[in-house]
Amino acid sequence: MTGALASQGYGFLSGPSWNLLADAQNMLSFAFMRNAFAAGTASAVVAGLIGYFVVLRASSFAAHAISHIGFAGAAGAVLLGVNPVLGVGVLSLAASVGMGVLGRRLRGRDVVIGLVMAFSLGLGYLFISLYTGNATNAYAVLFGQIFGITTGAVQITVLTSVVVLALLAAIYRPLLFASLDEEVAEARGIRVGAVGLGFMMLLALAVTEAVQVSGVLLIFALLVAPGAIAGRVFRRPAAALALSAAVAVLITWASLTLAFYTPYPVSFYVTSLAFAAYLGVRAAGRGAWLGRRLAALPGPRRGTASEPRPAATVRL
Amino acid sequence: MRGTAEPAATAAVPCGAPELPGNRAAAGPVIEATALASGYHGRTVWSGADFSIAAGEFLTVLGPNGAGKSTLLRMVLGLLRPAHGTLRVFGGPPRRGNPAIGYVPQRRTLDSDLGVRAADLVGLGVDGHRWGMSVTPRKRREKAEEVSRALASVGAAHLGGRAAGRLSGGEQQRLQLAQALVARPQLLLLDEPLASLDLRSQQEVSQLVADLRAEYGFTVVLVTHDINPVLGVTDRVMYVAGGGVSVGPPEEVITSASLSRLYQAEVEVLTDSRGRVFVVGLEAETAHPHSPRGPRP
Repeated sequence: MTGALASQGYGFLSGPSWNLLADAQNMLSFAFMRNAFAAGTASAVVAGLIGYFVVLRASSFAAHAISHIGFAGAAGAVLLGVNPVLGVGVLSLAASVGMGVLGRRLRGRDVVIGLVMAFSLGLGYLFISLYTGNATNAYAVLFGQIFGITTGAVQITVLTSVVVLALLAAIYRPLLFASLDEEVAEARGIRVGAVGLGFMMLLALAVTEAVQVSGVLLIFALLVAPGAIAGRVFRRPAAALALSAAVAVLITWASLTLAFYTPYPVSFYVTSLAFAAYLGVRAAGRGAWLGRRLAALPGPRRGTASEPRPAATVRL
Repeated sequence: MRGTAEPAATAAVPCGAPELPGNRAAAGPVIEATALASGYHGRTVWSGADFSIAAGEFLTVLGPNGAGKSTLLRMVLGLLRPAHGTLRVFGGPPRRGNPAIGYVPQRRTLDSDLGVRAADLVGLGVDGHRWGMSVTPRKRREKAEEVSRALASVGAAHLGGRAAGRLSGGEQQRLQLAQALVARPQLLLLDEPLASLDLRSQQEVSQLVADLRAEYGFTVVLVTHDINPVLGVTDRVMYVAGGGVSVGPPEEVITSASLSRLYQAEVEVLTDSRGRVFVVGLEAETAHPHSPRGPRP
């Protein structure tokens, strides 16, 4: 974006001074950067928390589909002259309610979801081609346009995040139970269908927020990668949730900063950093596994470092 | 169908399970069925079941796949309505989410990628059904203590910190048992807890359930398709097959005459030198488990 701004004759691109405080001050002296950081942080926290449950519930394809169906809403909104993010919100909520109501009957019906998703993308493309004006708005929905966010949109984004966080906290324990152990949760009296529907609606709101940062096409980076990373690092759900939100926020902050000082777009950095972080965690896990294997090898020097075996307390 | 409803016979628990204060032994049967029929979508799976299960009893539910063993558990849990007849649980109609019932569903093993701690999975049994989040340190400490007690009682104290998905089938079975026990149930429903376990683990898990029952005095209803691992620990068996149900002590139900009557086919029960029983002559039944049949006599 700054690259784009520079090409339009904005002359503030001087590169980082590597004095972090001064650089941050410089960056945040621009209103559009303050807006981008505020909206980016708010949507990243929500994306990180919801994303952990997306990974736990193995519903990343549903998340993917919801965002793509949202694109038709964005294109339709552009055609109608309404804010495209509003269009994403309305249509992704409708899609999430549809999937949530069908619930278990839809489980594994990848073909149905995929067809509806493809149809929505086609519909979105039709809307764009019908629109005679400048289709930059629709393009922004595909790839994200966080630097262009208005102060009013920032306020709505932050408010949405607060609402999503409150609702997520309210359904936290039943949602965790239903995600990890649906049958027992149902037997314990949890309305797993209703909890699933509620989660899908929160997911739609998270998607709508994250679309502003990473766009419809790149939403996986913010919505799924932090949760997948956190699930590999921490075994306690609460710790993993906190890490997932933190990873999403750090990726967003780093991407905004990098995009400010380079001519490349934010969502490119979001996807690259998310991918790199995921690879890093997997490699670290593999490294730790290899280390344990090597330590466990019998030998004069090695065997000592092996993991202490738990005392055999099995009483059978 | 033939059922043993006389309480004198059902109250005789051979292992002498200690009666705990919370035990409702005096309050009457834990489960009581009268002319009960099971089915869904207008199709009856089995019918004519009359039985009652006393507090502290160990009942094993047997039968071929698709005979409707799991649907009995779902009816007791209040997740499925009886097609006909009445079913009473703890003296009232079955209701969803009854905290007095612990349930271990039939399942495939967990996703090996599931990195969530075993203790957190067990902890769902403590407060997973409540709204909101638990935030106070005291609540969390109490929960952790209850979880480690439950894990210790199933001999899995050392597994609490491990990733649940990486545990073996037998270890995961113990976790699920601990998750059910942590809520201190008076009735434990186990759906095929021995499936997909090797012979040794089958013996271990069934003995573990028997020991826990002796310790806590709860009632056990265990569904299995193989009687042998539980022959030494079960009080009575319920055989579900051929659209009917037969309840009684194993030596009365698992006989050639009784099962032939139930299956309406020539079935023979063989006993080997170690007392293990084998039901033979069911090839036609397993090949056509849903073959249409006339009304039960």
